[in-house]
Amino acid sequence: MDYLLSTLGPLLQGTAVTLQVFLVTIVLSVPLGLCLALLRISRYRIVGRLVNAYIWLMRGTPLMLQMLFIYFALPFVPVIGVRLPDFPAAIVAFALNYAAYFAEIFRAGIQSIDRGQYEGAKVLGFTYGQTMRRIVLPQVIKRILPPVSNETITLVKDTSLIYVLAMNDLLRAARGMVQRDFTTTPFIVAAAFYLLMTLVLTWGFQRLEKRYAVYDE
Amino acid sequence: MIHADNLHKRFGSVEVLKGVSLSMQKGEVIAMIGPSGSGKSTFLRCLNHLELINRGQIAIEGEVMARTDEQGHCHYMPDADVRRICRKMGMVFQQFNLFPHLTVLQNIIEAPMTVKGIKRDEIIPKAEELLHKVGLAAKRDSYPARLSGGQKQRVAIARALAMEPDIMLFDEPTSALDPELTGEVLRTMRQLAEEHMTMLVVTHEMAFAREVASRVIFMDHGLILEERPAEELFADPQHPRTREFLRNML
Repeated sequence: MDYLLSTLGPLLQGTAVTLQVFLVTIVLSVPLGLCLALLRISRYRIVGRLVNAYIWLMRGTPLMLQMLFIYFALPFVPVIGVRLPDFPAAIVAFALNYAAYFAEIFRAGIQSIDRGQYEGAKVLGFTYGQTMRRIVLPQVIKRILPPVSNETITLVKDTSLIYVLAMNDLLRAARGMVQRDFTTTPFIVAAAFYLLMTLVLTWGFQRLEKRYAVYDE
Repeated sequence: MIHADNLHKRFGSVEVLKGVSLSMQKGEVIAMIGPSGSGKSTFLRCLNHLELINRGQIAIEGEVMARTDEQGHCHYMPDADVRRICRKMGMVFQQFNLFPHLTVLQNIIEAPMTVKGIKRDEIIPKAEELLHKVGLAAKRDSYPARLSGGQKQRVAIARALAMEPDIMLFDEPTSALDPELTGEVLRTMRQLAEEHMTMLVVTHEMAFAREVASRVIFMDHGLILEERPAEELFADPQHPRTREFLRNML
């Protein structure tokens, strides 16, 4: 029991790192994903193609590879080369990667809205921007809650990848103790922490879904 | 009010409008009838920019929205002008196109608030008045999914009227309704006509066309074949295609 309590301190510190990566990634990747989705369906074909290529690149290579590239290789790239400290490097990789996934979810959601909604808005005088903001996107949110919930929960666990940049997230803190103390208890505590975080998210998304259930389509 | 001159519209290689012209005066109620695929709906949709014409000229209340030059190229006015011109027309669709995430009242006040910038407190009494007029005051806070087809269509009419259009376009407003629900929608439209609203109605309701419309237009294969006062056209159709169509409809 004493040992279990002694693991809590380092694991909580690790959780703080995990949560920071999680929150900053969400705050950056959701709006970025929305922008990408809107560009992807834009009437300028070339823009859509570029976004498509970006999404292919981001979904087609491992997130870990992207993170390693940004941390180790980016400084040597001409023109855009910058040397980022570990936390910003991780955030950039996560945000760019998750934006690609969110973009696809948003795009599918936007394209699932009936053409009649655009026409109904257009004959009332709405501009494209007003139609998106007031009519289409509010309906998209309801439809994409389940996949967004999935993606968000995956992100909580994906944050453990930052160990490759030697950052002390929850999982790396646990592994450190396991190797030091020859016991698997820290793993179990870490699992409980992950479950707790995903439980909070699951609840949150369930409440949102309930709120949007006031109307049917 | 509406001047459409020699409208041509192609979908790929199919020519849907082959030179359709229409002049409409204030307060007129015109019914457009004709078989499916004759181009009536497309014509209506060209008038308010839901479809782009390939050739011809459209002017609404004296303002040109699209014109064709000598070389046969069709030009539209800038987007903002087109939007402003189109706001003079309200439209009611076959499929209602209500906004499912908004209540009945919100459906009606959304456009006046967002597009015209009218304050919520100012528009709500007017929206309630419109709801009263279409007989749906009690449904104010319901979501569209809870309404019958006829009720949805009456909300759609109220929503269009909230923008205070000078002209109302109806694209087969009762075609998606059960027969026993068409009556309530037609009553609302009849009431509008009695208030001298300028109306252009694409419809399969021959009784409505005969009783309410001042003029009836018969279209077939992208052309207007006959255009006459309602009682004349129904009593004595001139074109063989009109005669055949009316025989099948009645």
